[in-house]
Amino acid sequence: MINSRGKWSSPIALILLLLLLVALPAYGPSEYTVILITNILMYVVLTVSWAIFSGPTGYISLAPAAFFGVGVYASAILSSDLPLAMVVPIGGAASFILAYLVGSLTLRLRGMYFTMFTFGLVELVRNSVHWWEVNISGTVGRLIISADNTTVFYAMVATFLAALLASYLIKRSRFGLALRSIGESEEAAAHSGVNVNRVKVVMFAVSAFFMGATGATMSMRWTYIDPTLAFNIQFSFMPVLMAIFGGMGHLYAPITGATIVSLLEEFLTTKFPYYYMFLFGLTMLVVILFMPYGLEGTIEKWRKKIKAGLRSSHETT
Amino acid sequence: MVVQFLDIAIGGLLTGGIYALIAVGFGLQYGVARVLNIAHGEFIMLGAYCTWTLFTSAGVTPLVSMLLCAPFFFAIGFVIYRIYYTPLRTSSGSATVFEGNSMLASFGLLFVVQNLALIIWGSPVKGYSYLAFPVQLSGAVFSANRIVTLIASVILGSAFYVFLVSTRTGKAIRAAAQDPDAAKLMGVRINRVLALCFGFGAMMAGLGGLLLSMTSIMLSPVMGMQYTLIAIIVVVLGGLGNIKGSFIGGFILGLVGYIVSSSQPGLSMVAYYVIFLILLLVRPTGLLGK
Amino acid sequence: MKLLEVAGLNKHFGGLAACTNVDFHVERGEILGLIGPNGAGKTTIFNLVSGALTPDSGAIAFKGQDIAGLKPHEITRMGIGRTFQSVKIFSKMSVFENVLLGHQFGKGKPSNKKGAKEETEGILEFVELSGMRDARAVDLILANQKRLEVARALATEPDLLLLDEVMAGLNPTEVAQAMELVKRIRERGLTILMIEHVMKAIMSICDRIIVLHHGEKIAEGSPGDVSKNKTVIEVYLGE
Repeated sequence: MINSRGKWSSPIALILLLLLLVALPAYGPSEYTVILITNILMYVVLTVSWAIFSGPTGYISLAPAAFFGVGVYASAILSSDLPLAMVVPIGGAASFILAYLVGSLTLRLRGMYFTMFTFGLVELVRNSVHWWEVNISGTVGRLIISADNTTVFYAMVATFLAALLASYLIKRSRFGLALRSIGESEEAAAHSGVNVNRVKVVMFAVSAFFMGATGATMSMRWTYIDPTLAFNIQFSFMPVLMAIFGGMGHLYAPITGATIVSLLEEFLTTKFPYYYMFLFGLTMLVVILFMPYGLEGTIEKWRKKIKAGLRSSHETT
Repeated sequence: MVVQFLDIAIGGLLTGGIYALIAVGFGLQYGVARVLNIAHGEFIMLGAYCTWTLFTSAGVTPLVSMLLCAPFFFAIGFVIYRIYYTPLRTSSGSATVFEGNSMLASFGLLFVVQNLALIIWGSPVKGYSYLAFPVQLSGAVFSANRIVTLIASVILGSAFYVFLVSTRTGKAIRAAAQDPDAAKLMGVRINRVLALCFGFGAMMAGLGGLLLSMTSIMLSPVMGMQYTLIAIIVVVLGGLGNIKGSFIGGFILGLVGYIVSSSQPGLSMVAYYVIFLILLLVRPTGLLGK
Repeated sequence: MKLLEVAGLNKHFGGLAACTNVDFHVERGEILGLIGPNGAGKTTIFNLVSGALTPDSGAIAFKGQDIAGLKPHEITRMGIGRTFQSVKIFSKMSVFENVLLGHQFGKGKPSNKKGAKEETEGILEFVELSGMRDARAVDLILANQKRLEVARALATEPDLLLLDEVMAGLNPTEVAQAMELVKRIRERGLTILMIEHVMKAIMSICDRIIVLHHGEKIAEGSPGDVSKNKTVIEVYLGE
């Protein structure tokens, strides 16, 4: 594990947060809070995993909804036969395989072609599943054996922990370094010994794993799914918006972005159910034009100013 | 045999006409204005809905609506580019950064337009019937409105081509497509030209939607995305930056789509995607590009 | 011992013959210069050797093994490092991180955290960039960016180092410092193949020189021989 940035405060804060989370349902807050936090964790995992790959490399993937949906379907198909603890990783694995395939084929292309392809992947998978259901299995959509909210909550916490750990370890490892170098100059990275294609494909697949695991977990909250519900482009938009809004450099950035935006979504769906996606679209436009480095950019700027201010006050005393 | 072949050919052309038009529009926005406008399909959807509204509430026939929709959508595209993408261009620094940012912004625009349509028209699907009588062509039967859309697409496409080739603005657009910096040095007001291109792109999307709505399809606010994908695939097929190529590519893809949907309805998108993948892997410059 | 052997190398782009039937070799421990007017095909040769391009025909052998057609990262891990004509450093990463990347993915096995830190800092000291350890690469002046690129290449533990116009854009002081660095790199045991336009540098550091023109080798020999070669003089005066 090699890196030049690591702070002690972050892991401690994290451990405290986790203890809080794990103990939460036992303190008997309303069902509503449990559901809300599950939702927030879902978005946090989607955003953090998106940022694992697209953040440093600059290859913008619009496929999260496809991987999420694959997890949803995997869970729907298997949950009647297998226990939860197996279904979630299998959902992740299915998405991993799909991403590995797609990545192997399209990551050697220019970034924009990759983006175009991932944009359509959601539609492609949806269409294919729909066609399969109409022509081969005979029924469109399927019923799910759902689980209670507390179980889903814990499953989501576990997925969140795994994603966070993975993101943290990758960032600090030589692969995190490799990802960033790929984002700067693939040619120089290759000539420094990095197997650029392999790193890109594997990391893309790893990020998809957690999206699939999330889908597999969340599907247990629904009683019925069909291709249109499972493969919804909104699940590609929200993580991207959250990552752009929050930032993608430090670990706290996508987590913060996801938390704030999902709380906002919760608030807006109750007050303005017909307008909230419209507002989020506008938010994306505003953030890209006026806050290209997201909240993190603003926060880091303040940090530097404060540091400089402290330094100069030290010098004068 | 000949009848079957002609049937397929005509069917493909009918599907392809609209594809060609929307692909040219998308190509203008991406090839010249350098915006990967993934909200393109949403303007197509908007065009369809506007036509529906004009027809069902004011009795304005689609062909007349064209005269209203064309400048309306052009203006929308022009204004959006001016007030949003132009400043984004400046703040983005490099071309690659702008490419990424503008694409993400378009993603946001997608949701803005789509939900606007949801708010205005609601989610139940709509449709209307216009010129829906059957016409016999070489032994096969087609709906008159589809033949009209083909004719309209060809006329619009050709008109635009003539515009590109013979007018000063058209030449400025072609110059900007080849080399924006050189064009700037030659006195072309580049920001204006790029905004014009974006406007034309939106106009073609709107008109494409108008023509689509004439073919008695069911309209829904979420219908746009598949057309964005079709436009992307056609532009790659025809070669990025190649307007003629996009136009011809639209007909080629339309043909493929017609053949596939005659035998396996519901798989045409998959077929397009397979073509897309093969293109990207084997010949990303397109069949007709350089 | 012939560390690098190139025989019958050919590469063309469309109608342009970038490289025609080029033969040469690099002896272990020597500093070989590659010169020629602009467009002579020098960087193309580098690209072919480093794996960035695949030759149309011909053989490239490194340490006796055929490397033509291998990917850049494979060739780097075999022991060839390179710098680029237009500096390709990782702008937003720190100086330390730039070199660390080469260390972690190069020929040597990735060591533990402490070892990596020490070895990377050792290289920074060698190229005299220790003071800029945490600076962002993009904030460095050109001369230091070039140093950084060299350091990153050194971190991959190469046996052969390809330097592409490492002195371009440097002022006379910086050129002298660069020349010093190249000599010290050779003293460390590396073999160097360098493209240069700065004649003074080439003539004084190189053991041998190869001259390219329009993709063909037109002369080869010691600096003294080459500078007196009639064809070479014509080619340069004719420019």
